[in-house]
Amino acid sequence: MPRPTPFHERLAKLNEAYAWKEWSGYYAACRYETNHIYEYTAFRRSAGLLDVSPLFKYEVRGPDAARFLAYVTVRDATKLKVDRVGYCCWCDERGKIIDDGTLTRLGDEHFLLTAAEPTWRWLSHLARGFDVKLDDVSDRIAVLALQGPKSRDVLKACVQGIDFETLTFFGSANGRLGAAPVRVSRTGYTGDLGYEIWCDNAHALPVFDAITEAGRAYALRVCGLDALDMTRVEAGFILLGVDYFSAPHCVRDERRSTPFEVGLGFTVQLGREPFMGSAALEAEKKAGPKWELVGLETDWEDLERLYDAYGLPPSLPGQASRVAVPVYLEGHRVGQATSHTWSPMLKRFISLATVRADVAKPGTELKVEHTVEYDRRAVKARVVQKPFYDPEHKRKP
Amino acid sequence: MTRKYDAIIVGAGHNGLVCAAYLAKAGKKVLVLERRHLVGGAAVSEQIFPGFTFSSCSYVVSLLRPKIIRDLELTKHGLHILPLETTFNPYLDGTYLLRGVDAASTRREISKFSKRDAEVAPLFSQAMAELSRLIKPIIDSPAPDLGSLKPSNLFELLRMGRILKDAGDDWVAANLKMMTMSAADFLSEWFESEKLIAPMAASGIIGTFLGVRSPGTAYVLLHHYMGEIDGSFRAWGLPKGGTGSISNAIAASARALGVEIRTEAPVKHVLIKNGEAKGVVLENGDELHAAAVVSGADPHRTFLNLVGEKELEPDFVTQIKRFRMRGSSGKVNLALDRLPSFKCLPGAGLHLQGDITVAPGIDYLERAYDDAKYGDFSKKPFMNIVLPSVTDPDVAPPGKHVMSVFVQYAPYHLKEGPDAWPSKREAFGDAVCDVIEELAPGFKSSILHRHVLTPWDLEKTYGLTEGNIFHGELSVEQLAFLRPAAGWARYRTPVKKLWMCAAGTHPGGGIMGTPGALCASMMLSEGAA
Ligand SMILES: Cc1cc2nc3c(=O)[nH]c(=O)nc-3n(C[C@H](O)[C@H](O)[C@H](O)COP(=O)(O)OP(=O)(O)OC[C@H]3O[C@@H](n4cnc5c(N)ncnc54)[C@H](O)[C@@H]3O)c2cc1C
Repeated sequence: MPRPTPFHERLAKLNEAYAWKEWSGYYAACRYETNHIYEYTAFRRSAGLLDVSPLFKYEVRGPDAARFLAYVTVRDATKLKVDRVGYCCWCDERGKIIDDGTLTRLGDEHFLLTAAEPTWRWLSHLARGFDVKLDDVSDRIAVLALQGPKSRDVLKACVQGIDFETLTFFGSANGRLGAAPVRVSRTGYTGDLGYEIWCDNAHALPVFDAITEAGRAYALRVCGLDALDMTRVEAGFILLGVDYFSAPHCVRDERRSTPFEVGLGFTVQLGREPFMGSAALEAEKKAGPKWELVGLETDWEDLERLYDAYGLPPSLPGQASRVAVPVYLEGHRVGQATSHTWSPMLKRFISLATVRADVAKPGTELKVEHTVEYDRRAVKARVVQKPFYDPEHKRKP
Repeated sequence: MTRKYDAIIVGAGHNGLVCAAYLAKAGKKVLVLERRHLVGGAAVSEQIFPGFTFSSCSYVVSLLRPKIIRDLELTKHGLHILPLETTFNPYLDGTYLLRGVDAASTRREISKFSKRDAEVAPLFSQAMAELSRLIKPIIDSPAPDLGSLKPSNLFELLRMGRILKDAGDDWVAANLKMMTMSAADFLSEWFESEKLIAPMAASGIIGTFLGVRSPGTAYVLLHHYMGEIDGSFRAWGLPKGGTGSISNAIAASARALGVEIRTEAPVKHVLIKNGEAKGVVLENGDELHAAAVVSGADPHRTFLNLVGEKELEPDFVTQIKRFRMRGSSGKVNLALDRLPSFKCLPGAGLHLQGDITVAPGIDYLERAYDDAKYGDFSKKPFMNIVLPSVTDPDVAPPGKHVMSVFVQYAPYHLKEGPDAWPSKREAFGDAVCDVIEELAPGFKSSILHRHVLTPWDLEKTYGLTEGNIFHGELSVEQLAFLRPAAGWARYRTPVKKLWMCAAGTHPGGGIMGTPGALCASMMLSEGAA
């Protein structure tokens, strides 16, 4: 049975759709109304507020904290400045990816790592020999993501002690929301301007109330995971268990990926002291990855033709889909498309796909399986640059 | 000597801009000349009152063709359409109908008035969507050249689409009925509750000088359903930043393709030598030359002002003069201090983020038409209201709102003559606000600013002859191969090298872009530019 998050009391009242799912043992709202389109619009056009408390969160403290995290993750944590956040992933000895998350440097000897899956055992296992103290704070820290072009205006109106003009992309700062101490980071999973607000469980409700109250003037909406899923595909963000799989959970080795194969090559910082998987990653970087994670854009005219042959207008799921389908080149399978969504922003049907590196160049014409009236057909799709949607205001000071 | 262009387009309405962009995409050197200080024509966003952005004229988008959005990469150039999912109908007796939240709640809502209608409604929508899909080839391609056909043979046109080929007898019957019946009668064949029929029938009168009981209005209904042909991928909703953002996105795309756009450059007339267009002469006397001239203005302006009767055959002039413009709509744009609270459904909620139609009964609508028939504005008008700031916070200061009220009827030809409009403008605005106040008490005290547009204003400011919002009524006898004149429905004109690309051509008015796109493709296929 899932448990309520610290915000549940408020969220349950708002959830007119009664649509919940389980996320890491907690209740998470899929959507608050029967149609999630207004929530999607809030993320993209005003401000959407999402409860992300179910994330796994670990604090790492001690004189060796930076060195330890530089060893665990592919990122050189010793180079991460205080009050900065780094997106990263971590691998096994063979350079196969286990999970991804954000790493925040809260102090010289103090970090916070988020993860999609429980990571306590892995961290403790590797911590031997390092002077660090690990603390699983997953159930003690409540987190809200406030995403969208108006998110800064909303926070400015309710948060004290933070200069939002100087809080840059991937920055983090301490502030207060009324009586509640909070940490605000300029991060998120929508690819838009956005923040995450971290506080003790005890302060969750007043924090929630203050943000929603301030958001009233900015068309803020409380949002669920359906809307998030659409935005994260538009942003080109991958999801563990959907677009790639955690190495220890895979039965077949083919399922395991390296960071380079899932588009996380940019987080890998080589040329430093050895870290988990560094030798394998070094070698792969030289040889080049076998697979690449790319954006695919369905050829709409081709899709229309396909449906027209059945006397139908094109029809796609109203929500982002996580049904993996094969990708073809000249009749041969060259990969799979794993996440898809109709993008209301871009007016295009887009997918995230893993394809053979030799067919991963933007502009390459491929075909993706598409089922019409129980018939499995294929429709033209083109490899395109990720992110599909990348607004200027995401990074702007 | 002036520079020579492949094409000069008169008027930067969205159709003129679409036409320009497609021509430039094919490598042509194109100049667009607009009389106003901004592009967009009837699709503009203006800050009439500081801090509040009004979609001055058109306010929702439904027909903009997805192919044009893709071809011109409009999303990249700033187009974003916000959802507008619900339809709210408040009635004067204190009841209301709220459709569109989801299928089940729509059914429950309609059941308040008729259990039978509640089950018919989805079947009706399906029938309309199917009908629109069959008509798609007609609206996506130039009108067939059937100039010799009489309006009664309009039926023939359907043969060009797939209607008669693919469809059974039921469809043919449905079509004939749509072509000939009134919106009220047609809908009464499907539904029994007036509470549902009245607001639905109202779409049949938008932009026409006809009543819900006038024959032919059923067809206009279909025009408004055409947005459905793309299934749920249609461009239906509120353009972020107002409808001007559509025009701005098209202009940005056109500029990126090399189009030159000049504003505050009114064209005085088309330069014609030996029956052939050579360029244009601006109000300031400048002469500009081009291989082709395209008019993005309405048919009256194009032929009676920019070309001039003396360059045209008398028969053609008569046809153009008979092409009915007679505007019948007005617009009231409001800056509000707070959201209205409706008596029948108080407070904020889903019903304020969709469209709000004030059409409380067939008699109400018909009486509104009666006022207009005898040269007066409706004392109790039909209204279509949206509150874009509910989903788009950028169009109003934090916590404040904009309200857009489309109003019918406001006949251009008042009994005192059109020039009496300026002296009646505020009385017209009052009539509109009085009805809203009756439905939402306290509304009037929330008004910070009121901007009233009468058909006279639509003509003077926005260049729409007689204030007709569609460059000519969308009645059956003014559509397809008859738009704007028999024999001249394929974007050509009797003046060589002069083309038409705006709403006065097939497939007609609304923010659609098709006239502009089809004109460009005809010009290119005939090597005209
Ligand atoms: C009040 C109102 C509400 C409406 N509501 C909607 C709606 O909600 N949804 C919808 O889809 N449609 C709506 N419409 C209809 C729609 O806006 C129009 O049909 C459409 O915008 C017409 O576009 P166009 O490019 O064909 O012509 P226009 O937009 O009329 O463009 C013509 C352009 O030519 C310019 N011009 C004219 N003469 C000259 C000259 N001599 N020199 C230089 N330039 C010149 C004009 O200034 C104008 O910019 C509405 C219209 C009005 C007026």
